[in-house]
Amino acid sequence: MGNSNLQGFTPTISESLPGPEWLNEIRNDAYTQLNEVEAPDTEEEVWRYSRVNELNLSELTPKSERPENLASIPLDRFSSPSAIIVLQDGWITNITIGEEAEEAGITICPVGDLEDGAKYFGAALEKPVDIFGYLNRAFGPEPLIVVVPKGTVLENPIVIVSLTDTHEAVFPRIMVHCEENSEAKVVEIQTSSNIEAVISPVLEVKVGQAARYSHCVVQNLGAQTWQFSHQAVDAGQDSTAEFFVAGLGGEYARTRTDCRLTGRGAFSRINAAYFGEDDQTMDFRTFQDHVSSDTTSDLLFKGALSDSSRSIYSGLTKIRPDASRTRANQTNRNIKLDPEAWAESIPNLEIENNDVVCSHASTVSPVDENELFYLESRGVPTPVAERLILEGFFDEIVSSFPINEVSELLTEAIIGKLDRRTLNQEEGSE
Amino acid sequence: MTNSSLVIENLHVSVSGKEILKGVNMEIRPGEVHVVMGPNGSGKSTLSYALMGHPEYKVTDGQVTLDGQDLLSLPSWQRAQNGLFLCLQHPIEVPGVTLESVLTEAARAAGKETDTIRKQMIEEAETIGFEEKFLERPLNVDLSGGEKKRNETLQLGVLGARYAVLDEIDSGLDVDALAAVSQRIQDFTQEQNLGVLAITHFSRLLEVLEPDHIHILNDGSIQMTGGPELVERLEEEGYQGLLDN
Repeated sequence: MGNSNLQGFTPTISESLPGPEWLNEIRNDAYTQLNEVEAPDTEEEVWRYSRVNELNLSELTPKSERPENLASIPLDRFSSPSAIIVLQDGWITNITIGEEAEEAGITICPVGDLEDGAKYFGAALEKPVDIFGYLNRAFGPEPLIVVVPKGTVLENPIVIVSLTDTHEAVFPRIMVHCEENSEAKVVEIQTSSNIEAVISPVLEVKVGQAARYSHCVVQNLGAQTWQFSHQAVDAGQDSTAEFFVAGLGGEYARTRTDCRLTGRGAFSRINAAYFGEDDQTMDFRTFQDHVSSDTTSDLLFKGALSDSSRSIYSGLTKIRPDASRTRANQTNRNIKLDPEAWAESIPNLEIENNDVVCSHASTVSPVDENELFYLESRGVPTPVAERLILEGFFDEIVSSFPINEVSELLTEAIIGKLDRRTLNQEEGSE
Repeated sequence: MTNSSLVIENLHVSVSGKEILKGVNMEIRPGEVHVVMGPNGSGKSTLSYALMGHPEYKVTDGQVTLDGQDLLSLPSWQRAQNGLFLCLQHPIEVPGVTLESVLTEAARAAGKETDTIRKQMIEEAETIGFEEKFLERPLNVDLSGGEKKRNETLQLGVLGARYAVLDEIDSGLDVDALAAVSQRIQDFTQEQNLGVLAITHFSRLLEVLEPDHIHILNDGSIQMTGGPELVERLEEEGYQGLLDN
């Protein structure tokens, strides 16, 4: 089947987007391929339990023009970022490169500015994984490229703010290349106005030999926003690739992460904390693909669900035939705070090599009765005890974030959600 | 204050639908040390959990008052705020939660000063021989059995309860820890008039902690009560011999 419901996504719009000839060709190819891409369906395992069937693509058009009214973004939290980039509605509206990044020779620009920019598309994962990935290629107005040159170590984080303030469909794209033996940290803050918005961001990261890369996503979207996010990473020989996700906002927020350990001895970590409230849906899909030997992956996702919020964690750790001496761990823990809250947890292993150490674990449960009793038996009121336990539950993730400012952001967001919960409980008991 | 005591009357408790306590009676006055001994499965731990209100332990009959106030209608945290302390046989590990935050929140709920909590913790830790570095650990996480019991005793000191239920505080303790913990509790009874209900298997706790009354709990009820001399008889005759005579 084709995608006849994409009438708002016309070739004219795709062709009108800025960039050199090679970029238009990439867009054009993706547009052509759209006709062959199956529409997502909850019958498929990767979309099971998702809300994609509720999305009506035929009502959408892509954001085709550079936004005129630039939103102001407070960034004073980060004391000395090595660079700040702002994407609004998928367009690059600001790039500020600090002294450290300047001296290190970092490239940060619209990928269309580079003659050889085409090579960065699909560098981490050859093809888009779904219709949103193809739409992103065809309608991404200004993909951003960050290249950290060989041997460069950036002390301070690169801060990217991706803000959405439009009803039109938005396609931000960030591509990062951490070259051989370099080191960098990126913070990506995703926000949106309190309007109905649909965002399909793509992040592609290639981590070169012996490079060390950390990427922190703070997803703090508005309450009416739908997001279909795809992160793809390719970890080279002896490299370290770490991903941290704080899932806080959105009405329906999906993050799919494909992490390929292609180089021998590569290490990846994916940690996420998510906290659903009201009728939010948090949807996480992870694929850890051990291609080479002596690779290690570690995954820890922890979530709390209150009110009638929902979460889905579905993860696959795949060990290829050549991936001897792989170590892989996959853990998902959920705390269900209210009877109407719902969490689905599906960790999977697919092992095609005998010489591996793999584990997976998942839990969905209320706040532990014995922990609660213990704190109460010290004289701590029940709601306060529950808060302490939840803060403690998330502490393992919060303290794993490699950037203090991001840990603070996450802590504040968790406290904000707990405050709202306490307030609701007090109102409910009156 | 009138009726100054912890009074347990005809207490019946069921766990998972099975009656474990079948009418327990006891009165503990401030400064008194009551010791409950009994064979395995006699209901000792049930008594302690029921007094503090663990949700799995259902009181089906009887009443408990603390200084004249009904205890059983209160949630656990208010029982604690009213002056009851439970020292658990197996203190629960709570990942990510610090001792200081728990004691601070308990003090806050009581309307007490919270600024001095840290200082009190350090003082109590020193008295009880609890290494100060352990204060930074998440609650009970990676502590040995002995350290956990020192930690419980430290909390008792900071919270300043009027009645303490000690559920096998002597289990899993080395000699030094046992001496420190039992001495501290003995001090509380004398200096702060703490009333103690100590549940134990062993007489060695009583080498320092001086009991006023010994109760033998068997098959869900107190079947014998006496003075400290009961301990010696128990050592010689065993529970069966003691209860048969």
